[in-house]
Amino acid sequence: MGLIESGKMPAPLTKLLNLSRKYSLWVYQWGLACCAIEMGAAFGSPRYDVMRLGVIPFPASPRQADLVVVSGTVTDKMVPSLLRLYEQMPDPKYVISMGSCANCGGPYWDSYSVTKGVDQIIPVDVYVPGCPPRPEALLEGIVLLQERIANEDIAARWRGDPIVVE
Amino acid sequence: MTFTEREQQAYVDAASADARVNVELETEGMTLNIGPQHPATHGTLRIVARLDGEQVVAAEPVMGYMHRGYEKLAEVRTYPQVTTLINRIDWLGSFANEVPFILAAERLMDIEAPPRAQWIRTALFELSRIANISLFLGDMGVQLGALTPVFFAFRDREFVLNQIEAVTGGRFHPNFDRIGGLKDDLPAGWIAETKSVMAKMRGFCDELEDLLMGNEIFEARTRGVGVIPDHVAASFGLSGANLRAAGVDWDMRRDNPCGLAYESLDWKVWTHPDGDSFARYWVRLQETREATYMVEQLLDGLPSGPIMAKVPRIIKVPAGEAYVATENPLGVMGYYVVSKGELAPFRVKIRSASFSNISVVPWVLRGVYVPDVITILASLYFILGDIDR
Repeated sequence: MGLIESGKMPAPLTKLLNLSRKYSLWVYQWGLACCAIEMGAAFGSPRYDVMRLGVIPFPASPRQADLVVVSGTVTDKMVPSLLRLYEQMPDPKYVISMGSCANCGGPYWDSYSVTKGVDQIIPVDVYVPGCPPRPEALLEGIVLLQERIANEDIAARWRGDPIVVE
Repeated sequence: MTFTEREQQAYVDAASADARVNVELETEGMTLNIGPQHPATHGTLRIVARLDGEQVVAAEPVMGYMHRGYEKLAEVRTYPQVTTLINRIDWLGSFANEVPFILAAERLMDIEAPPRAQWIRTALFELSRIANISLFLGDMGVQLGALTPVFFAFRDREFVLNQIEAVTGGRFHPNFDRIGGLKDDLPAGWIAETKSVMAKMRGFCDELEDLLMGNEIFEARTRGVGVIPDHVAASFGLSGANLRAAGVDWDMRRDNPCGLAYESLDWKVWTHPDGDSFARYWVRLQETREATYMVEQLLDGLPSGPIMAKVPRIIKVPAGEAYVATENPLGVMGYYVVSKGELAPFRVKIRSASFSNISVVPWVLRGVYVPDVITILASLYFILGDIDR
């Protein structure tokens, strides 16, 4: 694919690529705490049913995943494994930080063992607030991420330009 | 009986062939690391298992991946703020976490909640038990390769969560219990709705009984697997359904119902003599069904009256110490509160059920096969926040 490296992607091709990427997100579930249950309700329950959004929540390993949902309290002891599995994911990869704990530490903002925000470790694309967020909130986060993917310039992403949010 | 020379030779040949095969198949020890992140868990427990072939020689749980420092944080929160935190210890039955702490604070302040508050408290306590254990009932199927039960569990659990949300405003973390009573009374129409939900949950229990009990795979994978005899269970400090599945008839709700309305109910403590994974599942299933009847009885006999006792606006708990334990969905949960008469507790020691329950893991996993490790862990039913706190 010399087109992507040269940065001259034709617009229709970009659109097609983004459309297919947007509706085939494989999610790696990083269920850590309370939010993992709400994530499970969003992904595994008949009421919320995330697969209608084109999201497949059961990859066997992070090596097959496009998106990781970090749901729950990240502790300092957990950080090395989190980082290691994030690095195993192939590019382009996206991160949703679910719940106050993963966003900023949440109710444990003054705890000695909790990492105050997963964005200190890995870049986060969408923050879903709440303690824990309702499953609907996670679904909205996924829809927002899909919008971002649809408008992404794949050549810019290839060059590693910083992502600018309008 | 004598052997011919030829028969003897054949025997020696066969024995030496066996010996050769055994030498070839002799396996080196291997260390299998389960976790800290495993898709089957909603939390992070790591188990380091030393294997010989397919058998576990030694297993050791490594904890602390979910340690959030509740006991230390409780020292810098005021009493009403502490309930916000401790909701999140056992995140599936959140309301049940608040109750023992509030009861301990009430005992220190010498306040008793009015009867109506006690009854609603007990009803919400049992509702959170149903919400908690119904997920286990479905999850156990997943660990054995049956995916259907967990979908049923998530489907029917939503109804219970809706009822909890209707009263408290929170699906997961109600933060509804106050020192001296409850925040609000029940909303209109809630009692009739809850009764219909309880009937639905009994249907869910029947459905799972049809699906799993008597299923050949389920029985083969759970019967006689992970047996914990009663004296071992008691010596490791197991509590809750894990203890009752070992045949020990011990339930804090019946034996020590401090400040909760269990005495006026007609109910039964379920036990099972076997102590294996199947018994633990069976006991929890019966308890869930029993809890639905208990909620119905509580709502039928709900006394009228206020829901808050007279409590000062700024809560200062007099100096003293109190320990209150209740039978939470996972087992006995207790709070040892030391007060020095300040706004915040001086020290809070939390005795959580899962921490004691997984202390039996090295004992029970010795000698089992690798596929059984997952089912035994699932049947012990711990919640990671409840272990690490």
